[in-house]
Amino acid sequence: MGTISLKNISKAFGSTQVLNNLNVDINDGEFLTLVGPSGCGKSTLLRIIAGLEQQTSGDVLIDNKNVNRVRASERDLAMVFQSYALYPHLTVRRNLETPLRLRDYNAFERLPLIGNFSPSKKEKTESINQLVNKTSETLKISELLDRKPGQLSGGQRQRVALGRAMVREPVAFLMDEPLSNLDAALRVHMRSELSELHNSLKTTFVYVTHDQAEALTMSSRMAVMIDGNLLQLDTPQEVYDNPSSLSVAQFVGSPKINIFKGTADSSGTISFLNVNLKRKSSESNTDLHIGIRPEHLEITNESNENTFSGTVAYRENLGSDIFFHVNIEDGSNKIIVRGLPQFTHQISNGSSVNIKRVSDKALLFNQAGMRVQFTNA
Amino acid sequence: MEAKQYIGEGWKHAILIIGAIVVMLPFYMMVSMSLKSQQEIQSISGGLIGAQETQTFPVCVKTGYSEETCTMKPYQYNYWFAFEKAPIPRYLMNGVIVTLSIFIIQVLVALPCAYALAKLRFYGREFVFSMVLFCLLIPVHGIALPLYVMLAQAGLVDTYSALILPWTISVFGIFLMRQFFMTVPDELIDAARMDGMGEYAIVWKVMLPTAIPALLAFAIFSVVAHWNDYFWPRMVITGNRDLFTPPLGIREFRGGIDSDEFGPMMASIVTVTVPLIVAFIIAQKRFIEGITLTGMK
Repeated sequence: MGTISLKNISKAFGSTQVLNNLNVDINDGEFLTLVGPSGCGKSTLLRIIAGLEQQTSGDVLIDNKNVNRVRASERDLAMVFQSYALYPHLTVRRNLETPLRLRDYNAFERLPLIGNFSPSKKEKTESINQLVNKTSETLKISELLDRKPGQLSGGQRQRVALGRAMVREPVAFLMDEPLSNLDAALRVHMRSELSELHNSLKTTFVYVTHDQAEALTMSSRMAVMIDGNLLQLDTPQEVYDNPSSLSVAQFVGSPKINIFKGTADSSGTISFLNVNLKRKSSESNTDLHIGIRPEHLEITNESNENTFSGTVAYRENLGSDIFFHVNIEDGSNKIIVRGLPQFTHQISNGSSVNIKRVSDKALLFNQAGMRVQFTNA
Repeated sequence: MEAKQYIGEGWKHAILIIGAIVVMLPFYMMVSMSLKSQQEIQSISGGLIGAQETQTFPVCVKTGYSEETCTMKPYQYNYWFAFEKAPIPRYLMNGVIVTLSIFIIQVLVALPCAYALAKLRFYGREFVFSMVLFCLLIPVHGIALPLYVMLAQAGLVDTYSALILPWTISVFGIFLMRQFFMTVPDELIDAARMDGMGEYAIVWKVMLPTAIPALLAFAIFSVVAHWNDYFWPRMVITGNRDLFTPPLGIREFRGGIDSDEFGPMMASIVTVTVPLIVAFIIAQKRFIEGITLTGMK
C-alpha cells in the first residue's frame, strides 16, 4: 500500500533534456522530499508520478503495478498544488465533495435533477457527507464549508486544498511546493502541521520544494536533484553531514557551506591558507575543495598554526546566532562564521578576527566536485 | 485648485453629454414618433408626445375597419395598428428562437474548441489557431452567395435551419474564449484531472463557470448581431412570413399601397428594440457581478 518506484525515468521537452535516467524507490508511509533549485526538474518528476505528464522513457510503478498507461484520475493519487487550484465557483464543501462525487457516483447519478432518482444515490451522498465532515474537522475548516475560495485567506485555502486531497484517502499524496505562497510565519507553522498530519495519516507523501529548510525539517528522506539528475537520496541528517558532492553540500544548509581552495601533496597531506589538516586525503597530488560549514568555524583569540585571520565585512544578527561574513586576509575567500551572541556581541563590522576550525568536520571534494574521503590512517 | 478641478471635470462631462445626446437622439425620435399622429410627424411639431387628440385614422378605415374602431388617440392607434397589421409577437418569438439557438450552439462548439486551442498540446495546434485567426478576416457578405446556394441545394431555404446553421460556428467566439482560457491557471485543470474529471467534464464544469464574464461579453455580441441582422434573413426567408425575424417584420411597414405611415412603423420598432435593451441592462449587471465573483488570481 503506497509504494512508488521510478525506474530509469527520462524526460525531454523537444531537445531539452529535463530528467536524466532517474531511479527512486519510495517506501510505504514515507515522507519523501524532492528538493533542488528551480528548474531542476523536480516538479516535472512529480507530474510524471501523478500522470499529468508522460515520461519520455522509463517506468512508474505504484504498488508494484506499472502505471505508464494509466490516466491521472485512475492512479488513486491526490495532489496539492502551489496555487491551491480550488474551484473558484464552488463552495468549500463542494470543493471537498468533488473528488468523491466523481469517484462514487456513476454517470447517471451525476446528471442534474434526474440523477436524484437513482436508488443508491442517497446512501452514497450520506457517506460523502460523512467523509467531508470528518476531513473538515481534522483540518479545522468546518466553519468555512459554506464560503467560496475567494473569501478565504491563504492559510485557509491551503487547508481546503489539503482537505480536497485527503477526503479520497489516496495511496499517496503529491505536493508541489504547497507552502510557498504563504507568509514566513505561517509557512513555519504549516511545516509542523504537515508533519503531524503525515504522522497521523501514515500515508506516503511525496513533497516537492526548492526550500532546503522544508526538506530538512519535514522529510524522512530527501532526494536532492540538480539539473535533472538525482544527486543524493538519504535521510536529511545524512545529506547534511555527508553530502555526496560539492553541489549538494552547497545547496543544503543555510548559510551556505564555506569552500576553500586547497591542495593535497604526494603524501596526501591537505593544506589550505596557512593551515594543514591532521587527516590525510585518499587522493594525492591534486587540487581540492575543502568545505567547512559556518557552525564548524569559531572566532577565537588564539593565533597559531591552526587559525587564520580576516576582517569582518558584515555582521548578520539573528538573535540566537550571529553570522559574521569575513574577508580572509589573502583576499581569496569570503567566508561565513557562526558566533554565539554571548561571546561575540562586541565584534563589529571592520574588526579583525582570528578563526579556528572545529576539528574532524571538514569535507573534501575533488576538482570535478565529487566527494573525496579521508584515509583511515 | 478646487475650482480648477471642477472646470476640468466640467469639460469632461460636457463632452460626454454631447456624445450621449448624439447617441440618444435617434432613440428619442423613435419613441416620440411612435406616440404622435401622422400630421404631427410630418410637420415636425408636438414635442415629445404630441397633442394626443382623438381622431379617425384614414389608413385604418381604408384597410377595412369600421370608422368607430378607427377612432382613438394617436399613441393607442400606433401600437394597436402595428400589432394588427403584422404578427409582431410571432416575429419576436422567431427572433428569440433564432438568436438563442445560434448562441447556444455557438457556445457548444466554441468552448471545447477554445479549450483545446488554449490548454491541450497536440500536433498542428498553432496551425489550427492561425486558421481561426484567418477566418476572422473573412467578411460575411463575401461568402453569402455560396452559403445560399448550398442551403438551397440542401432544400433548407425558408426554414429555421437556414437562419441558424450558417452562424453556429463562431470564429470570433472561439478566439475570444481561447484568449480567456489562456488566463486560467493550468493547475486548476490538473487538479480537476486528479479529481477524476474527463476533458469534457473539465470544459463544462470548470472552464465554463470561470468563463462567465467572457461568455456574457460574447453573448452580448452574438445576440445583438443576430437579433438585428437584416441581411441574412432577407436572403434565406423568401416567402414564408411565419419565419420573419423582427427586422424583416419592420419592413412590412415600408411602402405598399397604404403609403408610409410612420406612427405604427415606429411603434413596431420600439417593440422590437425594447427586449434587447432590457436584456442588455440585465446582462450588464450580471457582467459586473461576474467579474467580482471569480475571485481568481
